[in-house]
Amino acid sequence: MKIYDMPDQEGYFGSYGGTFVSETLIAAIDELKTQYLHYRADPSFQAEFSYELKHYVGRPSPIYHARRLSQHLAGAQIYLKREDLNHTGAHKINNTVGQAMLAQRMGKKRVIAETGAGQHGVATATVAARYGMECVVYMGSEDVRRQAQNVYRMKLLGAQVVPVESGSKTLKDALNEAMRDWVTHVHDTFYIIGTVAGPHPYPMMVRDFNAVVGQECLTQMPDLAGRQPDVVLACVGGGSNAMGIFYPYIPHQSVRLMGVEAGGSGLASGHHAASLSAGRPGVLHGNRTYLLQDDNGQIIETHSISAGLDYPGVGPEHAWLKDSGRAEYVAIDDREALEAFHALCRLEGIIPALESSHALAQAMKMAPSMAPEQILLVNLSGRGDKDMATVAEKSGLI
Amino acid sequence: MSRIAATFQRLTQTHRKALIPFFTVGDPSLTQAVPLMQALVRAGADLLELGIPFSDPMADGPTIQRASERALKQGVTLHQVLAVVEQFRALDSTTPVILMGYANPIERMGLERFAQECAQSGVDGVLVVDYPPREARSLGSLLQARAIDSIYLLSPTSTAERVAEIGAMATGYIYYVSLRGVTGAAHIDLEDVARQVERVRAYTQVPVGVGFGIRDGATAKALARVADGIVIGSRLVEEMEASPPAELIQRVETLIADFRRSMDH
Repeated sequence: MKIYDMPDQEGYFGSYGGTFVSETLIAAIDELKTQYLHYRADPSFQAEFSYELKHYVGRPSPIYHARRLSQHLAGAQIYLKREDLNHTGAHKINNTVGQAMLAQRMGKKRVIAETGAGQHGVATATVAARYGMECVVYMGSEDVRRQAQNVYRMKLLGAQVVPVESGSKTLKDALNEAMRDWVTHVHDTFYIIGTVAGPHPYPMMVRDFNAVVGQECLTQMPDLAGRQPDVVLACVGGGSNAMGIFYPYIPHQSVRLMGVEAGGSGLASGHHAASLSAGRPGVLHGNRTYLLQDDNGQIIETHSISAGLDYPGVGPEHAWLKDSGRAEYVAIDDREALEAFHALCRLEGIIPALESSHALAQAMKMAPSMAPEQILLVNLSGRGDKDMATVAEKSGLI
Repeated sequence: MSRIAATFQRLTQTHRKALIPFFTVGDPSLTQAVPLMQALVRAGADLLELGIPFSDPMADGPTIQRASERALKQGVTLHQVLAVVEQFRALDSTTPVILMGYANPIERMGLERFAQECAQSGVDGVLVVDYPPREARSLGSLLQARAIDSIYLLSPTSTAERVAEIGAMATGYIYYVSLRGVTGAAHIDLEDVARQVERVRAYTQVPVGVGFGIRDGATAKALARVADGIVIGSRLVEEMEASPPAELIQRVETLIADFRRSMDH
C-alpha cells in the first residue's frame, strides 16, 4: 500500500492548493497552521473530538443496505453511509465541531462562516452556541431569500446572519465577505470555512475533521457486507463530504473513487457547477484549483438545483485526485438528481438532500450494468428536509 | 535606473513625498482611462496605480468592489488594461505605472505572456494582492528579467520575520497597509502606522508607501511625515462615482490637487 501524505508543507497537492491570500491574512493563517498541526498530534484534543462526535453529533453514523433500491435497479448492491442522521442533518457538523474546538483553544471569542444553502451556517451556529462563542454567518442575499428556513434556524441558535449584496449574491460572494470580515477582526475571530477549499491549512484541516466518515466505513463495510465496496461515490461542490469518505480509501487501490458534480441544465448548456468536469485551473479563495471561469479569468456564475453544490471552485485535493487519476469525476444534471431523490423517498423511506441525490443518481446509473455481488457505497451526506420547497416547486406536488 | 527609482530619487531631492492615486481601469469607462491618468499627473500625482478588474476582489471594500463591477459590466479585460498603459506611455514617458490586481486574470493570460506584455506596454511595477512572496516566485522572476518591479504588501499583522524577509526582497517600493481591514475602511491609527513604518524602514532599502483608508488631506499630511508615499484609492473612486460625467476630470483633478497641497505644506 502506497503511503499518501498530501499536502506538502506549503499546502500543495501536486500543483494545487497553496496559500493565495493577501499579506494582511498571512499572520492569521500561519498561526492557524501552527496551532492546527499542534492539536492534530495532541491525543487529548483528538480524544475530546471523538467524544464530541459520539455524544453530540451521534456518531458513528450507520451504513444502510438499500435493498429495495438495489432490487429495483437489478444490478450492484447500493449501500448508504447515513450522514443524514447526524445532528443538524449533514456531515457539515463534523468539521464545525473540530474547528470550534480549535477556536476555543486559540482563545477566539468570535467565529464567522460563509454559507450557501445554509447547512454549514447552521452547523457553525450550532457549535457556536454549544461552545459559547459569538457567531456571524455571511450568506448571499439571493440565498437568504431562497433558504429562509435555514436563516431562521441560524437566528434561533443565536447567530447573526449578514446578507451579502456584492457580486452574484451567492456562496462565492459570501466567502469573499467572510474573508473581508476576517482580515478586519483577525485578532479575536476564527474563520470556520465549510469546505475543503481556501488557503492552506483549510483543505487539509476540513478533510481531516471529515475523514471520520471514511474511517467508519473502512470497518463498517467488512462487518456488514463482508468486504470493502467496489466504488465509493460522493457529491462534490467544494468537496468536503467527498474528501471525508475518499481520504481513508485513497491507499485502497482496488476501490474506485467517484466524485459527482452538479451538471445543472447539462454541461453543454453552460449552466452548471461542474468545476472539475468543465473548468480550468486558476486561483480563487486562497487556493489554486479547477475553476469555472471565462477566457479573461473572471469567475462565472454557477447553476444547480442544489444550493450546496453551487460553487465555481472545488477543493484542491480533488483537483489533484483528478489529475493523478486516483479519483474520477462525473456530472449529474438537475433532472437526474431529482429522479434519484424521488426514488430514494419512495423505495427506501429516506428523503435525501438534493446534493447527496447527485451521488445517488450516479450510483443508480451504474448499478444496472454491474453484477449483483458488486457494491456501490454512496455517501448520503445530508437529509432533504431543507429542500422541500425546491422539490415541491420543481415537481409540482403542491 | 527604473522609472520608479528615478521618481523617488527626484522626490527625495526636492523633499517631497510621492502621491499615488489608484483607480480601476474601465471605471467609469475604458475611454476615460488615459485622460484620467493625465489629469491625475497634472494634479500632482507622482506614480499611478491601476486596478485590474476582477470578479472576486477579496481584499477590497465596497467602493473598489463597485468599481470592479462597473468595469466588468463593460467587459474590460487585462489585455485592455495593458493597452491603456501603452497609450498612456506614448504620451507620458516619465510617470511610473503600477498594475494592481488578483492572480486569476493574470494566470489565465499566462505568466510569461503577461510579463512580456507588461514590458512592451511600459508597466513599471506589478502588485498581485493574492500572491504573497512564497506564491509569487514564478511571476517575480519573469518580471525581474524584464526590469519590472514586484511590489509587495506589508501589514500591521506582519511578523518581524516577514518584515525582514519581504523588506530584503522588495523592489520598487513597499506598500504598507495602514489598517486591519479592506481598502476604504476608516480607522487608521496614525501613531501605530508611524511606528510600523519605522519598523519596516529598518529592514529595507526601498521607499515605503502607505495606503488603505486615507480619506482626507490631514491624514495624508500626517502620514507623509513618516512614509515616502501615500496611496489614495477608495476616496478617489468615491469622487468619481459622485461626479456627473462632464465634471469627472475636473473633480478628480481638484481632489488630487488638494491632497498634493496638504502633503506639501
